[in-house]
Amino acid sequence: MSNAFSEARRIARESRNYEPLNSLMPYARFLGVKILDIEGEPRVHLPYRPSLIGNAQMPALHGGVTAAFMENAALLQLLLELDETRVPKSIDFAIDYLKPGRPEETYADCKISRLGQRVAHVAINCWQRSPEQVIAVARGHFLLTSSE
Amino acid sequence: MPRPPYHEELIARFTQAVPHIKELGMTIIDVQSEGVHIRLPYREEWLGDTVHGLIHPGIISTLVDSASGLSVLARLDNPEPIATLDLRMDYQRPAIKDHALDCRAEAYRVTPHIVFVRASVWQSDENKPVALSQLAFMRSSTSKRRVV
Repeated sequence: MSNAFSEARRIARESRNYEPLNSLMPYARFLGVKILDIEGEPRVHLPYRPSLIGNAQMPALHGGVTAAFMENAALLQLLLELDETRVPKSIDFAIDYLKPGRPEETYADCKISRLGQRVAHVAINCWQRSPEQVIAVARGHFLLTSSE
Repeated sequence: MPRPPYHEELIARFTQAVPHIKELGMTIIDVQSEGVHIRLPYREEWLGDTVHGLIHPGIISTLVDSASGLSVLARLDNPEPIATLDLRMDYQRPAIKDHALDCRAEAYRVTPHIVFVRASVWQSDENKPVALSQLAFMRSSTSKRRVV
């Protein structure tokens, strides 16, 4: 089935241009999410801007921004890896905050831990400066199109 | 339960001093020690699936984290620094376009170090939640030890 998602995925896979895929989700565009191509692997990136701050004293990123960015990264990973024709529906999402998000560039790495007929489990690491400096870990279950 | 004297200051700070909450345009409907009610007016920018007109789950987490943090502060006798330890979202039904998101959060258990919160999010009908959520917050003032 060919639709906007299939087309955006084709472009992402063939030319490693992830912008068409990303721009199908207005909220991802609002957050300012970018997808980088790191040696052929996509890496989800949240460029810093002052309005992402949730604690002005520290200062630290809004915890909701970190959560939203990570859940969006999981959705992007599913759209890129699978042949979904729509955005998978979130079933649940759980995040553990390990340290405050600095007012800096933020990145997410996702792994599809389990792929069933109807449900995918995705684990997400969110980090700043280097992949070892993890600020939050999360996981989510997502309902796949093929189950409908 | 009487309102702590700093509630008015809390209300002003929530909507004016938190850059990301200000950017999203959240409004306070009610703040009590027993719980808070926050509204996020609808914007097209919140969509995560334009084809089906569904709101992105990420923005719902941001609303829940914001309202829950406020519910913790409203429950405490004095303002103190708090940090979200974890957040779990259970998505009950899709959030649809053109409708505001309402969140009620209640800090139902306060211990010297930790506060537990439950929250629900709905559109139009509180009896039909789009998400139910559970959170734990760390109180910073009672311990100088870093946990990370």
